[in-house]
Formats: sequence, C-alpha cells, structure tokens
Amino acid sequence: MSHYTLHVNGQLREVDAAPDTPLLWILRDALGLVGTKFGCGIGQCGSCTVHLDSEPARACRTPVSSVGKQKVVTIEGLDPQGAHPLQQAWQELDVPQCGYCQGGQIMTAAALLREKPRPTDAEIDAAMAGNLCRCATYTRIRAGIHRAAEIAAKGKS
Amino acid sequence: MTRAMRSVTAQPDLGRRVFLRQASAGAGALVLGVCWSPDGGAVLASGSAAAAAFQPSVFIRIASTGAVTLISKQPEIGQGIKTSLPMVIAEELEVNWRDVVVVQGDLDPAYGGQTAGGSTSTPNNYTDFQRLGATARTMLVQAAAQIWKLPPGECVAADGAVHHRASARSLGYGQLVAVASTLPVPDAATVKLKDPKDYKLLGTRVGGVDNAAVVTGKPLFGIDVRLPGMLYAVYEKCPAFGGKVVSANLDAIKALPGVRDAFVIEGTANLTGLMPGVAIVAESTWAALSARRQLKVSWDEGAVAAQSWDGFATQAQALSRQPGATLLRKDGDVAAALASAAKTVQAEYSYPFISHANLEPQNCTAWARDGALEIWAPTQNPAAGQNLVASTLGISKEKITLHITRSGGGFGRRLSADFIVEAAAIAQRGRAPVKLTWSREDDLRHDHYRAGGFHFLRGALDAGGRLTAWHNHFVTFANRVTRDGKSVLQPGSGASLSPDEFPGRWVPNCLLELTAIECGIPMGPWRAPGSNVYAWVFQSFIDELAHAAGRDPLEFRLALLGERDLVPPTVERGLPYNAGRMRRVLREVADNSGWGRSKLPRGQGQGIAFHFSHRGYVAQVAEVTVSKAGELKVDRVVVVSDIGAQIVNLSGAENQVQGSVIDALGTLMFQQLDIQHGQVVQRNFNDYPMIGISDVPPRIEVHFLKTDQPVTGLGEPAFPPLAPAVCNAIFAATGKRVRQLPLSRVDLRWS
Repeated sequence: MSHYTLHVNGQLREVDAAPDTPLLWILRDALGLVGTKFGCGIGQCGSCTVHLDSEPARACRTPVSSVGKQKVVTIEGLDPQGAHPLQQAWQELDVPQCGYCQGGQIMTAAALLREKPRPTDAEIDAAMAGNLCRCATYTRIRAGIHRAAEIAAKGKS
Repeated sequence: MTRAMRSVTAQPDLGRRVFLRQASAGAGALVLGVCWSPDGGAVLASGSAAAAAFQPSVFIRIASTGAVTLISKQPEIGQGIKTSLPMVIAEELEVNWRDVVVVQGDLDPAYGGQTAGGSTSTPNNYTDFQRLGATARTMLVQAAAQIWKLPPGECVAADGAVHHRASARSLGYGQLVAVASTLPVPDAATVKLKDPKDYKLLGTRVGGVDNAAVVTGKPLFGIDVRLPGMLYAVYEKCPAFGGKVVSANLDAIKALPGVRDAFVIEGTANLTGLMPGVAIVAESTWAALSARRQLKVSWDEGAVAAQSWDGFATQAQALSRQPGATLLRKDGDVAAALASAAKTVQAEYSYPFISHANLEPQNCTAWARDGALEIWAPTQNPAAGQNLVASTLGISKEKITLHITRSGGGFGRRLSADFIVEAAAIAQRGRAPVKLTWSREDDLRHDHYRAGGFHFLRGALDAGGRLTAWHNHFVTFANRVTRDGKSVLQPGSGASLSPDEFPGRWVPNCLLELTAIECGIPMGPWRAPGSNVYAWVFQSFIDELAHAAGRDPLEFRLALLGERDLVPPTVERGLPYNAGRMRRVLREVADNSGWGRSKLPRGQGQGIAFHFSHRGYVAQVAEVTVSKAGELKVDRVVVVSDIGAQIVNLSGAENQVQGSVIDALGTLMFQQLDIQHGQVVQRNFNDYPMIGISDVPPRIEVHFLKTDQPVTGLGEPAFPPLAPAVCNAIFAATGKRVRQLPLSRVDLRWS
C-alpha cells in the first residue's frame, strides 16, 4: 500500500492503495465517485473516461501511481451545477437509454468541444469512436454534441 | 421538447418503506394507512384517520402539498418503462408531469408481475395503469364535489386540481387529500377513462425521469451500490461450462493483501443457476481482481470439453442429410411440389452463438443477516432471482428482500439470475454485505448465449412465380437437463421454432423439421429471441425466391401475405397473425422510402423485410452502398411500426427504434463467438467488437402507424427486420447473397 494525494474535481483527496490500482477503482470504491463506470477494464469501451489535466483518459488503464499532480475531473465534477452544455443537450434530446455509458460519452465529447467548438459529423465520429453504447443511442449522441455546441455558442454571445 | 422532471432513486441502503417515510417527511406529510398488502390483492388505502396523503393504490401517493409520487414497478433496463408507465397514470390522473416524482419499486407481490421481458411491460400494465389514474382522479373529483356540495358531474379535473368552471372555483389535489382519503375506492372497472383525443401527455416526447441523474453520474445502477462495511467479491468459474473445482490454492489467496476470504462453492448442475467456482472476498474490487490473477484452480471439465463450434457445424451438415428429429409442420406434399415446380431454390443459412454484452457487467450486492437475505440487483426478472436464491440456498422467499436497481442494459441477459444466486451464496459465508462484480471476461465467457443455428431451406415456384412449397430443416441446440427425475433435452432460448412462424400457414406445401444438437453451452433469451435470426433467414430466403421468380421483392411479399386479414393460429398457444396490418406497414415503408422509384447504379441497392414479433408489426427498407472492395455503408433505414393505438412516450419509442436498428446492424456486422474445448474463445471487446458511432447509418427514419389495436411494447419488435433488409439490399447492390453471419466473415467484393 502507498499513500497518494489526488486532485479530484477541485479537491485534494487522500487515498491508500496499491500502486497498480487503476484510477477507476480509486474513484469508485475509495472515493465513492461511481459516475465513472467499469465496462471492460482494458480501455476498449470508454465507460470510464475521465479528464486528466483536461485530456480524456481511460481510468481503467490509469494506475493511481501515474496520476501525480494531474487534475482529475470526473462526470460528477464536469460542471458544478450539472449544467454543462452537453448535460443540458443530453436531457433536452433525451439521449440515454440505459445510461450506463453516457458519463463516459459526455466526458469524451466535452474534450472534443473544447478543441473543436463546432465539430462536424466526421470529427464527432473520430473523437467518439472509442466510446461504446450498447443501447446504440449513437444517433442522439451525435445530435446531442451538435446541440451542445449550439448551447455553448449562445452562452458565449 | 422534453419537460423538466424530477426523479428519486431510492438510496441502496434504504428499503422502500424507509424511502417513502423519508419522502413523506420531506413533503411535510405523514403517511397513513399505507396498505402494503402481502397477498397482492388489495390496493386500497385506509381512510380511517385524518389524511396527510391520499393513496388510492400502492402506485400513487398524493401529499397535502400536492406532490405526486408514482411507483414504477417494472425494472428499468434502458427501455424507458420508468418514464412511460407512470405517464399513463399521470395522463388519467390529470396531473402536471413536472409535479410527479417517480420511485422505483422493490420486488413486492403488491405490485403484481414485475418481469421486464418479451416487450410485455407495456401491454401487461397499460390498461390497469389507465384505470389506476382514472380511479384516483374520480375520487379527487368526488372529494371536491363533496366539499362544494355540487354534483361531481359539474366538476372537472385538470392540471393537478379540480375545477368548478361555473363558479370559477378550484381546489388543488393537495387540498383534497383529507377528504379523498375518506372516500371508498370505486371499482376500477367502472371509472371513466379519458378519450384519447384529449390526451395531453401520452404521445408527446418526454425525457427519461433519470436523465438528470444519468448525465451527472449519480448512483443508479446495481454496480453503484455501496453499503457500510461492504466487501467486494469476484467469482471464478470453469472456462469450460459447468466444470467442477478439484482444488484451488485458497491458502495462498487468503494471504494476499486485502483478501478477507476465499472459498469453493460447489454449485449445482443447473447451467443457468449457481455454477461451481471459487469466490474471493476482499476489501476492494481491485484487491479481489488482483488476487484472482494469482488464483490457480484445477478443474474437472467434464464432457463439454469435447465441444466446439466447428464440431457443431460438421454435425449440422450431417444431420441435414437426414430427416429432422421433430416434425413441426406438414402441409400438403412438399416433395411433389418441388418435383413439379417451374423453379426450385435451395440454400443454407447459419449464424453463431452471440453474447448479450451488457455494458454494465453482471453484478449483485447481497447481505445475509439473521437468516434473512437482502439483495440489490440489476435485474429484468426480480422474482426469478428470489426464486433461484430460495430454491438453491434453501431460504424461504419471505426472508429474501430484493431491491431492483437500474440495469446498464438488459437485452434478455438479466432475465437470468445466476449472478444473483452467486452473490447470495457468497454473502452467506460472512456477515458483511458483499458486492459481487463480474469482469468483462466473466461476462462474455459465462453468458447465457443466443443460440447459434443452421437452416437448410428449399423452396418451389410455379410457372406464375408463386411460392408453392417451403421446406426448412432447422438444426439447433439443446441442453440435457433433469426434469421430474427424468433426463430430457431442453431446447435453448431461440432454439425452438413455432410451426406458425411465417411463412408457415401461407404456403400450401410446407414442411418444417427440427433437430437439436445436444450441447453444454448455456443459452438464454437474447433481444427478440428466435425472431432476431428467423427474420434474417426467412426474409432473406423469401427474397431469393422473389428474385428467382423475377418478381419485385415488395410485390412478391404482398402477394405472399395474400388477401386475408386475420390469420388464425394452427397450433396450441399459437398467435393470430394480422396480415392486413403487415401489408399496411409494408406499403407504408415502400411509400416512405421511395421503394423502386429510382434505378440505382451497381454497388447501391434497396432491401425490404418485415417481421411480426412481440405483438408488433414492423417493416423496414435499407439502402446500402457496397464499394468494389467490399466495404459496406448503410446509407438509410426507414422503419414503419404498427404497435397499436397509442405511442406512450414518443421520444422513448423513437429511441427504441433507432437503437434497435443500430444494435441489429452491429449484430449483423460483427457479433460472433467461437467455441473450442467447451469454452468461449473471445474474452473482451478487443476480440468481440461492438458497433461504434462511425458505422451508424446517417439516416434512420422512424414512423408509427396508429391502428385500432391494443397498445404494446417496443423493446424488441423493431430489431428483427433490419438484418434481412440490409442483406437484401446488399444482394440488390452486388448480386451477393449473405447466408452466414456475421458480415465481417463474408466477402462482399464485386467487379
């Protein structure tokens, strides 16, 4: 066991864990942040997507020992009011079915919108390719990202 | 488009009663006379005391604040039932949807059946839920009339209040709670239902009640359950199905960091029950998973180790040359019709075993205390969980409490209860609550699979291009089980074929035979069981026959469906088939897609297919482009569904159809399990690929035909026609007929 001080959703959190423990299980078991989901454990499904220093990362493939001073943001911390343009758009367009993958979808999409505020369908497909939705809500995920881009643009004007 | 909506998820550590007490306390009300009838019969609230809440049934509670709490009794697995069924009550109750809070009910006999399977949640509950809402509304109107000393007929309910228009008076439902609670509950059959033309909520687009929680990462799912002092378990089963534990290095495992216990569970012979294995209980999920990597088990694999997919395929070929073991249907004389035909067509179709691959791996939390068990499970079939735990572990059902959590996908997998009985068996060994989590590898390699299958088909056409004979020898799979002390072969789910399955009943000479290969592979219902492959096989072969006859595939299908509307079943427990409804969805999908209106260049094509399942009539047209290199793009899919008189939640319905189309396309394109040495070869999503966003058709057009028919569900019936529509379009584009799944194994190159 080693001791780690992690920067998670704007707070410093202390954890004791084996160094190879994936950040996913630190978040879920130790910190109670269960919005980051376990889907495959090998970085193939995207359900565990978080931001490390604003970049999307697979928490299931991120050993806690590698996190260091990087700022971790989870779906719980994406927006203080839960009103990120993507979170608004997802509700407006009723994107989820079971909802299990949607936190990861939103985290990947949030990183995309930061890079490309008005992404094309092709840019959306490229960015979202690693996020599986077993219910196959992809049509609405695509529409939701476009709608979030509109909401964000309006918020700025 | 969507409405603001509040939803409450019961905290995992709170039972329903506790929750309702809290909910009522939050609303500043007292719960009185809550009648949680254990026999499921009575649903009446007691009106014996001054009321702070009006509770005319176990599903409805109106607080003196006017807050409306509705119980969702069906499990939510992504089909949207937690939103749609409460909408039915809210419509009849005349309350504003924004004032409604929906609470997930536990397993409770007071709620009646609670299984979410077979797209039955809507048809089984729709009328009852209308009457529940109407009953409560009737009582509230009576209460207002009593207060005003007016005839009830002069009072109307709307927007969560009762109004007397003539005197411009209104009383909010909250103000009527005390009086309404003193009134006798009328017979639900006598209350007046709304005229559907007056519906304000049903048929509109309403966002899922848990959407706000979903997009902010709140705990909702079984895997999110956390309890004080909870431990974390993993369970290793034999990779070869049903293998028994000979020995395991338990002492070494118990010495590993964070491990609290490790033990063998003997299990039972039930392939979909408690399978033998080794449990590891630890202080964290990762400690359990890490310890498992050190686990060494010696297995007795048994006879299943000799089974493989290649072996099954060889067996199927040999069996196809013999008469079928079971004669399902024999109309006319197929041999004579084939002999005298102007044209005959012969083809073999095959498809592999596939997995459900719920994105939330199977999991369950259980807590054994004082001879009782409390269970939190992401399940489609909570009663099956309770039953399996009771029968396997010898605990009476009354001592098993089961909380239904949201499920991260169902697709039929969570009708099984293996993961529930595993968690219960592990929890029984200790005092702490235990969460069992399956790895993705466990999930893929210990599923209850969609059965693979082989269809050996022959068809005959007369000189007029009419279908005169249809012969199918279906080679499928069964498990050997002991029933009533006897060893019998039990067909897998989706491994039996109704003699009435289309085109049985429509072809004058029809011979349907079935032979089951005995196997040790566990099988279970997979979204639209049977239909998910039969539609592909039969609608593809019908397409082959249409082309052989030189007839347009739409026209050939309409002619085959004939002139009759309602075609009665010909077997016990068979279903009537409304060919009129099917002809209408076919014509509508042809119109909407512009079927056959333009001549497409080589490499592009349209395909059409229809299927009746789960009380739904659905037709689809797919438009595809296949490059010379064999790369497939599905450009457009048009879907027309007839699921009766009323779409409950239009947004949810459209979401189900869009998702069904894409799920069916992914299944067609990628899904395949290999079996060697009695084990599934694939391990995770790297070798069992799922469809991603880039393969999604850019246009999916969803239409509903409203008919004067009972309202029904939509979790399944839009799935089956997609694969044949796409494959028929591939044929139109390339001349290549797809007779083997998945498409990733099929060479689509053309020149």
